[in-house]
Amino acid sequence: MAHGTTINTAATANRASGFDIERSIVTHRRWLTVMVCLLCASAVVVIGSLRFGAESISYTDVVDIFLLWLRNGPARMESAEPNFMILMYVRLPRIILAFMVGACLATVGVGLQALLRNPLADPYVLGISSGAALGAALAMLIGAGTTIMAMSSLPLFAFIGGLLSIGIVYRIAVSYGHLPVHTLLLAGVVLNAVFSALIMFITSIMDPNRSFGMMSWLMGTLLAPDYPALGALAVYVGVGTTVLATQSTALNILTLGEESARSLGVEVERLKKMIFVIAALLTGAVVSVSGLIGFVGMVIPHAVRLFVGPDHRLLLPASALVGGMFLVIADALARTLLAPSEIPVGVVTALAGGPIFLYLLTRRKGGLAS
Amino acid sequence: MTQKPPAYSVRGLGYRYGAHRHEPGRQGGWSLRHVSFDVQDGEILGLLGPNGSGKTSLLKLLGKIMQPETGTIALFGSDLTGMVQDVVARLVAFVPQEHQQIFPFSIMETVLMGRFPHRARGRLGTFGWEGESDLRMAQEAMKDMDVLHLADRSIHDVSSGERQRAIIARALAQHPRVLLMDEPTAFLDLNHQVEICRILRKLNDERGLAVVLVSHDLNMASQYCDRIMLMENGALFRIGTPDDVITPDALRAVYHCDVLVDRHPGSGLPRVTLPGRQRTGSCESRPMS
Repeated sequence: MAHGTTINTAATANRASGFDIERSIVTHRRWLTVMVCLLCASAVVVIGSLRFGAESISYTDVVDIFLLWLRNGPARMESAEPNFMILMYVRLPRIILAFMVGACLATVGVGLQALLRNPLADPYVLGISSGAALGAALAMLIGAGTTIMAMSSLPLFAFIGGLLSIGIVYRIAVSYGHLPVHTLLLAGVVLNAVFSALIMFITSIMDPNRSFGMMSWLMGTLLAPDYPALGALAVYVGVGTTVLATQSTALNILTLGEESARSLGVEVERLKKMIFVIAALLTGAVVSVSGLIGFVGMVIPHAVRLFVGPDHRLLLPASALVGGMFLVIADALARTLLAPSEIPVGVVTALAGGPIFLYLLTRRKGGLAS
Repeated sequence: MTQKPPAYSVRGLGYRYGAHRHEPGRQGGWSLRHVSFDVQDGEILGLLGPNGSGKTSLLKLLGKIMQPETGTIALFGSDLTGMVQDVVARLVAFVPQEHQQIFPFSIMETVLMGRFPHRARGRLGTFGWEGESDLRMAQEAMKDMDVLHLADRSIHDVSSGERQRAIIARALAQHPRVLLMDEPTAFLDLNHQVEICRILRKLNDERGLAVVLVSHDLNMASQYCDRIMLMENGALFRIGTPDDVITPDALRAVYHCDVLVDRHPGSGLPRVTLPGRQRTGSCESRPMS
């Protein structure tokens, strides 16, 4: 394999000139190490969070149920064991959903941060999530989806809403040449305000039974989906993240600015459109199943970048995994903190992410003012 | 004299900033008008002129970073506007005046970005992993630019001169046939200025690298450029050898100021000096020979 020789050359260079190649670039070895560690951690988090919820199921119960299931097959389990139903049809799909939503939001965050050359970019802060939510709310109003979890035309409307708000944010950003961070955040605040007002208007003219469901959806709630719905989401997530990942090196170069990126051979306009569409697609898919969950897209890539560096070949998949884990943990907290009632997971992420965001904003004030 | 096409053949080039670009004072105005010239393969051409004379715009048009409003640019005989961006990037490298990077890429990673247009288009190539030859070329370029010892440092943690050298190394790692440089020596210490000029000449001799460089340093341009193009207010004022262009009358016409032009003691090429202070108030031209 090619990467074997790469590492050998790297080692020679290391001895010859006294710099540490492992710290200079992301080698295949480092990539593999980080990803294997994160995959193991993800497995631990997913399995570990199975026991948390309104109904207390201990780990030994979980293991027992799993062993029984292996021995007897699913058909006989369903009647025999109520905890099996909870685990397989409530808790596990919800955990998988949380993981995918978190991974999506973190991926979108990474893409937007590269596109806007701004480490504070986030689909929620920039108003893209609320644009998608507005689209979804419209779809609910005109009856495109009768239930909130319907996967039908909701994601499409949410996608269009998200695309619209990305377009607006980007226009604002480019009209200032190279963009001051505060202008961008302000644009997000205004977009959020306008879209929220429209969503509230839609809620107010809705039938009250449905408007309650919509309010709880807007706060960011992960409801246990059925497996076909999970599968549909997995397709969105899979396609979006994979396509973005193939552009990792181009994303690295895009962070130099459009002019330098062009001079290094990146088709900038095409790449930008691709990021737009993927960000809107993923945000739309996520918002239509889980409502508004904020700050994951900003905090996670930021934290991951501190540990693995800014190279998108590693940053992108690592952020996706860490984002997934983060939301699984946040959702486990949301389920258990006030059990048997639940806190919307969007509230948990906002309470955790908001202060971090403020800290980063104040700390970066001088550095990003230009 | 061989009949190979010139590196660049520029005809009737015009450029104007679009309405959406905020360029103070020159909104909508033409920053380049009817510029025609050739860059010979393997020559070093210096672009001189006052601020706002269109040097940087011209350089960006040559690099296909911006699109011209009127006129044509041919790169080695083929039309630049019809070329794909990474084909251009394999032939032409661009060193910008300022480097802005918010994310803490290492110097090595920064230089390796120069290998992007040459990346393999295979299974792994899609994701952009560099091969052995990419690493080797990046390291050669870093050695040339004296930044190899900084390979693992973040681009944020080095001085502006070191950053500039890393960017030049990135351009060299691109293995271009033409190098476009915008004020390449602006942030550099004297020793590195000399070193970069020496390396440019070396690459020019060995590989036939053509260089187009924008500079404010008339003397550096005079010493190291084969030809000099003097620009004024978006138009070409004069193009020719340093002897033809670096003259008191040409500089007076373009810069609206009198300077002293004498001969460099080593090379015999024109040398420009600011007038001294001894005469009160007036600038006076005193050509010496």
